[in-house]
Amino acid sequence: MQEKIIIAIIVSAIAFFLIYAFTPILIKFLEKRNLTVKDVNKKGNVMIPRPGGISILIGIVASEITLYFFFPISEILAIIITSVLGFSVGIIDDRKTMGGWFKPVALAFCAAPILLLGAYDSNLDFPLFGSVKIPSLYLALVVFMIPITGNTFNSIDVLNGVVSGFTTIASFALAISLFVQQNYEIGIACLCLAFASLAFYKYHKLPSRIFPGDSGAVMFGATYGVIAIVGEVEVIAAVAILPAIINSFLFLSSVKRIVEHREIKNPTLHADDFKLKSTDENHAPITLVRLLVAKKPLSEKQICNEILKLTMFSGVLAIITAFMMGVKI
Amino acid sequence: MKMKIYSFILVMWVLIIIGGGLVVVFVGPITFATDVEPIITSGVKVFLALFLIFIWVFILTKIKNWIFKTEIKS
Repeated sequence: MQEKIIIAIIVSAIAFFLIYAFTPILIKFLEKRNLTVKDVNKKGNVMIPRPGGISILIGIVASEITLYFFFPISEILAIIITSVLGFSVGIIDDRKTMGGWFKPVALAFCAAPILLLGAYDSNLDFPLFGSVKIPSLYLALVVFMIPITGNTFNSIDVLNGVVSGFTTIASFALAISLFVQQNYEIGIACLCLAFASLAFYKYHKLPSRIFPGDSGAVMFGATYGVIAIVGEVEVIAAVAILPAIINSFLFLSSVKRIVEHREIKNPTLHADDFKLKSTDENHAPITLVRLLVAKKPLSEKQICNEILKLTMFSGVLAIITAFMMGVKI
Repeated sequence: MKMKIYSFILVMWVLIIIGGGLVVVFVGPITFATDVEPIITSGVKVFLALFLIFIWVFILTKIKNWIFKTEIKS
């Protein structure tokens, strides 16, 4: 056990300090090459460098490769390859705006390493009631899981610091749940994601100095999804990201089709004091942010805090779910 | 508003647990006579799982509409 704690500290430190040290260099590099986008929620013409996914990639992959040297198991290899593939899909979308179907389809292929390496178990575990064996159906679940988590994380990347803060909280909750389940190797792999997103949050929080871009947000989601599968904690992982699932659910149930988010009407507007308020446009989608500002306009900081508090709440529910896995009725 | 969204998350969580229970207790163990193709058994299970998802989405859509309408009115 002592050896595992030391390994956890080493790989967490690699994930955290690599991103902490490399992101300022990346910010300067992107600014020099004019790779910036307008922060639409700021007064004036505030330009922010993008994509920060490159530094997230370096942090996550370096720490997971180090972990693989300590635990050479196919599950960690699947995490590394799927994360890199998730980043690749995101960076294509960063460089060139693709259609609404591009990401879900491309991300479905990112699940290939999990299937080819056999890094999954076809039992689906539920709290209180035990597990159900679904060999054929589980293959479909694996293929669908990465597009779902990748797009869900990407869709919550709406305000400064939200997706990185959200990933940090959800990943720590999932890591704790994995430790509760005594799945230490994958729990440590999840810590890499948690510390990577925490380091990135330092630069992404309000006011952002860098945006993760689709490459960063999709990579966060893809890594989270593959950890859920190889760690056999699919249900717990879903509970931990319920605010983002609500966001996607609200969006899909109001738009009723899969579209690129740039193609839809903005669900929120700026009030005179630059707070965000709900649009009066009937055809604009309902999102988590629109729901939060439906009653009264809120500042960007207030909305970010509300979303992160909701994530903490669902994180606690995820940990409770992990304890409930050990109880059978 | 805050309490309504927290309640929404709580309802989703409860629905996940109940739905999981129904899948494990009723859908998972379904078997037909030995001469029935396994693919048909799987198809029935998929249909029942999709039906549960449909109910899940229906309930959540009703809650979502209720929350949004009450917030807009207030």
